[in-house]
Amino acid sequence: MELFQQLIFGFGIALSWQNLLYCLIGVSVGTLIGVLPGIGPLGTIAILLPITFNVAPVGALIMLAGIYYGAQYGGSTTAILVNLPGETSSVVTCIDGYQMARQGRAGPALAIAAIGSFFAGTVGTLLIALFGPPLAEVALQFAAPEYFSLMLMSLVAAAVLAQGDMMKSIAMVALGLLLGIVGRDVNTGIERYSFGITELSDGIGFIVVAVGMFAMGEIISNLGDPEERKVFTAKVTHLFPTWDDMKQSIGPILRGTAIGSFFGVLPGTGPAIASFSSYMVEKKLAADPSRFGRGAIEGVAGPESANNADAQCKFIPMLTLGLPASGVMALMLGALTIQGIQPGPEVMTQRPDLFWGLIASMWIGNLMLVVLNLPLIGLWVKLLEVPYRLLFPAIMAFSAIGIYSVNNSSFEIYLTALFGVAGFVWSKLGFPPAPLLLGFVLGPMMEENLRRAMLMAKGDPSVFVTRPISLGFIIITIGILIVMVAPAVKKRRAEITD
Amino acid sequence: MKLPDSKDFWSGVMLIAIGGAALFIGRDYPFGTALRMGAGFFPLVLGAVLVLFGVYFVARGARSSDKIEGNWSPRALVILPLAFVLFGVLMEYAGFVPALFVLVVGSASAGTEFKLIEVLLLAVLLTAMCVALFIWALGLPYPLFTGS
Repeated sequence: MELFQQLIFGFGIALSWQNLLYCLIGVSVGTLIGVLPGIGPLGTIAILLPITFNVAPVGALIMLAGIYYGAQYGGSTTAILVNLPGETSSVVTCIDGYQMARQGRAGPALAIAAIGSFFAGTVGTLLIALFGPPLAEVALQFAAPEYFSLMLMSLVAAAVLAQGDMMKSIAMVALGLLLGIVGRDVNTGIERYSFGITELSDGIGFIVVAVGMFAMGEIISNLGDPEERKVFTAKVTHLFPTWDDMKQSIGPILRGTAIGSFFGVLPGTGPAIASFSSYMVEKKLAADPSRFGRGAIEGVAGPESANNADAQCKFIPMLTLGLPASGVMALMLGALTIQGIQPGPEVMTQRPDLFWGLIASMWIGNLMLVVLNLPLIGLWVKLLEVPYRLLFPAIMAFSAIGIYSVNNSSFEIYLTALFGVAGFVWSKLGFPPAPLLLGFVLGPMMEENLRRAMLMAKGDPSVFVTRPISLGFIIITIGILIVMVAPAVKKRRAEITD
Repeated sequence: MKLPDSKDFWSGVMLIAIGGAALFIGRDYPFGTALRMGAGFFPLVLGAVLVLFGVYFVARGARSSDKIEGNWSPRALVILPLAFVLFGVLMEYAGFVPALFVLVVGSASAGTEFKLIEVLLLAVLLTAMCVALFIWALGLPYPLFTGS
């Protein structure tokens, strides 16, 4: 079995003591920021990216990935104990998780969330291992037209499936693409939108955009509309779920994992959509739906599995095609590029250590999270008592050092301040920030592939519809747009978003 | 005349402004041919797309009544970017320690509660921690105090 050999190879890499350490750091930081509201995985990864420059690529990716899925665990902890979703992915968990906590069943709720997440994480890891290589194989056949169509498809899908106003999401993608072309044009050497500023001729750093919008912009929002935090420090006793709890949860965990894996590979669908869908499914299937909202364990088990499966499967398009399916994945791509690795299907053949090492580490990381989260739950809850007024200056400090250290340039600090203001204004106007980041990362690649495709086809734009794979992507793109404009879907979408 | 306070209206205005600026600044970039696209093709298409979106939102804003929610947190909106800019300037002229200290105290003053002693304590602690972590442990090459 080749698959097992490769997984064993991956475990060999992930189990080296450095990588174990990076994994541990990653999941600990992830749990921490998952517990703390007001700072999400996107902002944290952006802030910590510069620090990973000195780390080997495998270690850097293992750590960043750990932050990402660690945050999902942390987010559910606060959802259950304090009725406060640390992350958007755990909004649904609040509904029944908090009710369980109020009935004195916080322990089983936390345990089932951890078990479900662990199971989903394991399945997700296996799925990447199973589907990654064949997908990359297919992707190796892609030429410029296919890449352009594929990117178009994922950008449209990302904008359409993202939460919020669809038109605003698409506008943000276009804006991101435009920001992505700032700097010297690689083909002609012409400076575009750089206003004679030397720092801009290499383009805007994507850490600048990410930290500005997701760290500073967030802080400005939070200070404007402070959310109330009632810390409910209930004693967590009886951690272990009863046999009945387990029996009730098996179905939801399996279904949640399937739902999450499905949404995971779709671009743009945040973990919130996966967990929400899972919750709706469980409620529909339940013999007595009225239990939901009053502490039904299925309402915790399903969504928690779904959001973790979603988080894991988001790695599939990133690792095999070099396509970011979410804002966090856009950052991961950026991390690869900064490390000098060209993202795409070649990663798997040229850097198998990276691919298999990362996959194996995700499974190890999930295991660490179970161990880390359940016994230490009291410690994490304590952290909730850290007031925001002490937290946000620290976030500002780390952001500033992180950005400055990229190029030792004060200019990028000023630019970040600008993006902080812009990000805040955009969010006030109802523009979601993640699509901009996707467009920003994909912009230069898209332009390059468009040019190459046109050159290849001697200037004939029909190349995008005469090559079958490319045509397939274009048809799906148009299909998504048509379906989304359909009134029934529009209405349903509005319901979910609210 | 009263300015409209619709979210969509201002979204549209912003997009028209950005798209228009992109078109204006990029007007001289060579457009190229379909075979050999110039540096101007992508920017001009995107600029035009943004303007079109802008027009759409302005039109939608004329009918919709969704107001901008929450407040603009003017204090944080001014102070936080300013603290960042100050950090950038101080990094060049004063060194890591003063830059970071000013950043932390400055940022903290954007908050709703500001307790001087607590903030000073936080600034000292954070600065010390960052010096240990970034300068000593990670070896970033910044002088603690410029000219010392």
